[in-house]
Amino acid sequence: MKKSSTLVKNAIGREVPTEVNGKAVIPYKGVGQHKPEGRKYGPRISSCVDFPEDGNKLISTLKEALIKSGLRDGMTISTHHHFRNGDVIAIQVFEIAAALGVKNLVWFPSASFECHAPLIKYLEDGTIHHIEGSMNGQLGRFTSEGKMKGVGVLRSHGGRYQAVQDGEVEIDIAVIAAPTADFFGNANGVEGAAACGLLGFALADSQYADKVIVVTDNVVPFPCVPWQIQGNYVDYVVKVEQVGIPSKIVSGTTEITKSPDRLFLAEMTARFCEAAGIVCDGFSFQAGAGGTSLSIGIYFAEMLKAKGMRARFARGGSNKYLVNMLEEELVEYILDGQTFDLDGVRSMRDNPRHVNTSPFTSYNYHGKGNFASMLDVVILGATEVDVNFNANVVTHSDGVLLHGIGGWQNCLFAKCTILPIPLFRDRIPVIRDEVTTICGPGELIDVIVTERGIAINPLRTDLIEKTKNSGLPIKSIQELKAEADKICGIPAKQKFDDIIVAVVKWVDGTVLDVVRKVGP
Amino acid sequence: MQSESKTATAGNNGDKDRSDCFVSLQITASGGVQINLKSKVKALYGDSITALCNEVLQYFGIDNAVLTIEDKGALPFVIMARLEAAIKQLIEPDKEFLPEAITENNYTTLKDRQRFSRLYLPGNTPSLMINAGIHKPHAIILDLEDAVAFTKKHEARFLVRNALRSIDFMGVERMVRINQIPLGLDDLDFIIPHQVHVVLVPKCESAQQLHQVNNRILEIQQKTKQHSTVWLMPIIESALGVIRAYEIATAADNVVAMAIGLEDYTADLGVNRTAAGTESLFARSQVVNACKAAGIQPIDSVFSDVSDMEALKQNVLQSKALGFEGMGCIHPRQIGVIHENFAPDDEEIAKAKRIVLAFDEATEKGLGVVSLGTKMIDAPVVKRALRTITLAVAAGKLNEGWKREIQQ
Repeated sequence: MKKSSTLVKNAIGREVPTEVNGKAVIPYKGVGQHKPEGRKYGPRISSCVDFPEDGNKLISTLKEALIKSGLRDGMTISTHHHFRNGDVIAIQVFEIAAALGVKNLVWFPSASFECHAPLIKYLEDGTIHHIEGSMNGQLGRFTSEGKMKGVGVLRSHGGRYQAVQDGEVEIDIAVIAAPTADFFGNANGVEGAAACGLLGFALADSQYADKVIVVTDNVVPFPCVPWQIQGNYVDYVVKVEQVGIPSKIVSGTTEITKSPDRLFLAEMTARFCEAAGIVCDGFSFQAGAGGTSLSIGIYFAEMLKAKGMRARFARGGSNKYLVNMLEEELVEYILDGQTFDLDGVRSMRDNPRHVNTSPFTSYNYHGKGNFASMLDVVILGATEVDVNFNANVVTHSDGVLLHGIGGWQNCLFAKCTILPIPLFRDRIPVIRDEVTTICGPGELIDVIVTERGIAINPLRTDLIEKTKNSGLPIKSIQELKAEADKICGIPAKQKFDDIIVAVVKWVDGTVLDVVRKVGP
Repeated sequence: MQSESKTATAGNNGDKDRSDCFVSLQITASGGVQINLKSKVKALYGDSITALCNEVLQYFGIDNAVLTIEDKGALPFVIMARLEAAIKQLIEPDKEFLPEAITENNYTTLKDRQRFSRLYLPGNTPSLMINAGIHKPHAIILDLEDAVAFTKKHEARFLVRNALRSIDFMGVERMVRINQIPLGLDDLDFIIPHQVHVVLVPKCESAQQLHQVNNRILEIQQKTKQHSTVWLMPIIESALGVIRAYEIATAADNVVAMAIGLEDYTADLGVNRTAAGTESLFARSQVVNACKAAGIQPIDSVFSDVSDMEALKQNVLQSKALGFEGMGCIHPRQIGVIHENFAPDDEEIAKAKRIVLAFDEATEKGLGVVSLGTKMIDAPVVKRALRTITLAVAAGKLNEGWKREIQQ
């Protein structure tokens, strides 16, 4: 099953299969080239007469809700990552499935975290056939070693919405963990002990899944307002003791970095944006999760304050630093996709200018436009970049799958995409002749900022022109690579197995690259 | 000579150690060289690490050994230093395995160059050294003294030597703090032939100690047949040192600056180091005075709270007001604050400009007396104004052609 029979070379030169887990897939055709026709996927028709007239959909246990939802072999079950490393529900779902003897499930999470490592047990015993979403940390290592039964599918947040909307993935049961809900199924993330901000990642699932279960530890009397998830989509509501671990909902990657080298990268990036004329009155930006990216907001704030300017909106994960900018009126709106700390939660609850968004508004390929492409600048991370500016976020140079794509691919459509990355990390070179796994085509990646110089994509003659007299250390990407090679030595070429353990989808659902098995 | 049973170790492999490796070596009687490599970069550099280790062992004539390396992304110069340090615990060959000296480090520094900041880098911690230059301090200090644990003193020498040859410090002045004399004299063997610009002599208490250092430097330079100037910066850290400050400052022509170390000084006095610093005011003033009298730079102690930038700023301003011309830093974040605040402020620059222009005008008119408004200006005031202008230009706060700009 894993030895794919046919491999074809896609538009970016990678060998990819035409069939994954028994379903036909389309090789990547180029940016903006794949436009499926026809109508979107439709969920089953439901009738309100089948639901309690008093609105009370409470069921006493998750097990009962899953059984009532018809849990059986081969189903696709979705969960979500708005609790990040504090999620406890996904594990419970598969514990129940294993106890019931259900096999070959597909787990369709919006992202996975280290807390999901216990699922390895259910991948081993056949309860879960494969994962479609992200495989982080230990799950990634497990997948890389070729131990998962099926082939993993990696998608971006926008790609997940696309896959649901065009019918590539049919969700049988969506289990939505919610900090607060009423018995009807209206739910939000701004109240309750496990308050996490918003539930946008679960939006598609609520609308398209066959059965929708809301799980909460905080049932409030109807109506639960605001209803980020609408009860009209929900089949069952389950009350549990604890829906998530509040202290782990704020993950470590959302703190501002203290590393002097990373702060230096952040400062250089901000200075680049200033020199390129990006930081101006009314501009918009997004900084990804991760210490370096988050620190850039601090430098933007300083610049805006000094110039007496304001950004119109900031997108993406919010935290106390972004909230400070909002409260000091250095940015007018936060369009928030994921709340990283309690200041973010409070601000979203109380400040009408702090707006919750979803992959639908921000990233969806099948939307009539989306927010990501309107951004003036986005700042993201990467594990590797190659001399053609193609970048990798899912595997490391040793080929091991360790991260998901998140919104990263979707953000590449911003007007300027900048990757601040160290030139090498403990001897691991970051600029390669060819990246181990392509997650983003180089034509969408504009600037690489390293501590030893900044490389601008030759396609961006405008940025090259604007920054040529800036005094910033602008170098070619080949020069930067040569500098790293001189310090670290020329790395040996990696040898990989033929066996494909996961595929990387592009935002439109086509197959961009594959992840191959690594040695044990 | 060979000890066959003993296992020698060098390097670090704690949870937080990065860009470093831990080697353990046992010389055996037979069986050839066995290398066990555990490395996070094995897929990329495993073969080249093994080849390098074989080369080093061969260079020292070791044909039979068991070598274990736990590597966390150490660069080649680090691996070489760790392995050589281990080898030299077992045998005593009269040669060194030196990494190639990079050409980027072929520069010398001037006696009166600016020394506002000098960044301390622990001499046995490679991860902090590699990118130190990007933060652009005026100098970096590879520290063999207090930042290195007693049991690690010897291996740090190899690492510092190799760092001086291999790391591009991007044009900053390269300093090494040796150990207290006499132990520190042996440190010189490891640094003098490798383009060190300034040697910091800690706990200095006499001119004679600096003479000992200079004699050893001369000896090494004669042996290695290279004679670039090595500057000295004694550090005063005791009551006796303070009393002998002028003697030390004038001990030799290559003394360019003198620093004060307040942790040890206050300990010597038996008092607490306070934020106000009243207990060390005498010592600091004495050091400043001795330096000014000797025509060298007075340098202040480090400020140890790396998270409090506002307190650092106040500390710098106070230090500058006492007459110091620089201070040490223990975190790159401190560099910007130190540079910004040791440099003349806008008001000082404006005043200096007025004085220099008035001086020019007086000279042009052949007047013996310089006056600004109704005030007479003495020669020392003009001299200070010229110094302020020089500092302002160096700090990027004033263009070199400022006089032309005013005339236009």
